[in-house]
Amino acid sequence: MSWNSWQDFWSMGGHGGYVWGAYGMVALVILAEAASVVARLARARARHRRRAAR
Amino acid sequence: MSLFRFAAPPEFYRLAGKAVPAFGVVSGLLAAIGLYLGFFVAPTDAQQGEVYRIMFVHVPAAWMAMFIYLVMAFWAALGFILNTRISAVMANALAPTGALMAFLALWTGALWGRPAWGTYWDWDARMTSTLILLFLYMGFMALHGAIEDVRRADRAAGLLALVGVVNVPIIYFSVQWWNSLHQGSSISLGRAPSIAAPMLAAMLVMLFAFWAYCIAATLTRARAIVLERERDAEWVRASLAISQ
Repeated sequence: MSWNSWQDFWSMGGHGGYVWGAYGMVALVILAEAASVVARLARARARHRRRAAR
Repeated sequence: MSLFRFAAPPEFYRLAGKAVPAFGVVSGLLAAIGLYLGFFVAPTDAQQGEVYRIMFVHVPAAWMAMFIYLVMAFWAALGFILNTRISAVMANALAPTGALMAFLALWTGALWGRPAWGTYWDWDARMTSTLILLFLYMGFMALHGAIEDVRRADRAAGLLALVGVVNVPIIYFSVQWWNSLHQGSSISLGRAPSIAAPMLAAMLVMLFAFWAYCIAATLTRARAIVLERERDAEWVRASLAISQ
């Protein structure tokens, strides 16, 4: 383990901005894509249901 | 009974629906393990200090960006040869995820390059060819979206995917073929890895987490595309009636 405290962990040896900027963007992109594909599938299903109900 | 049965949209839709939750759960678990290994087990790097930990997302994103392109080109080729409906669906489902992986490889690479090399960006072979990969994905999606007739759009975009496949070995071998800021690969076939075991473990676990995620995301998108393309099929109605 390389960390003596949480502060130490978040600072990443003075490169926290780079490390968390990288991980933050990965998390953002993956969560946004996951939400968007689930919503797209739900929209497609809803369209078929509406068409079937007619 | 043959493999072709699974290429029929109803069967594909059903099986993909079963596979997605499994891949999603596996991806989440692997990501938790990989992040733990990457931040709490892998040691500080002797040369780069802590910033090298960007590697645990940078390398998986870059590999998936290249690998997804190969898979997309494979489906495009299969579409030309066998003319199965699911091939074009798969190629279309893969492109956005591949583009996002290429973007993440570039983004995380820039944030790693600045502290490691003193620059966010350099027009060298590895970075330029990865940017071209992102443009190929975007070109594929733009071309497909610009042609109204879906069958023609599939063929045109499929052709672009096939032509663009030459870019993948260029990315992969760029660090050997040209002088590059970018370091050589840490692991390759037939040679012992050049990084410490806990670093390698974290990177591989994160790679499998990314892999499982990409499968879950593309299969979900593929299911949506199948429904979007099946305007009025009986099986869709039946399937929606029995499932949630």
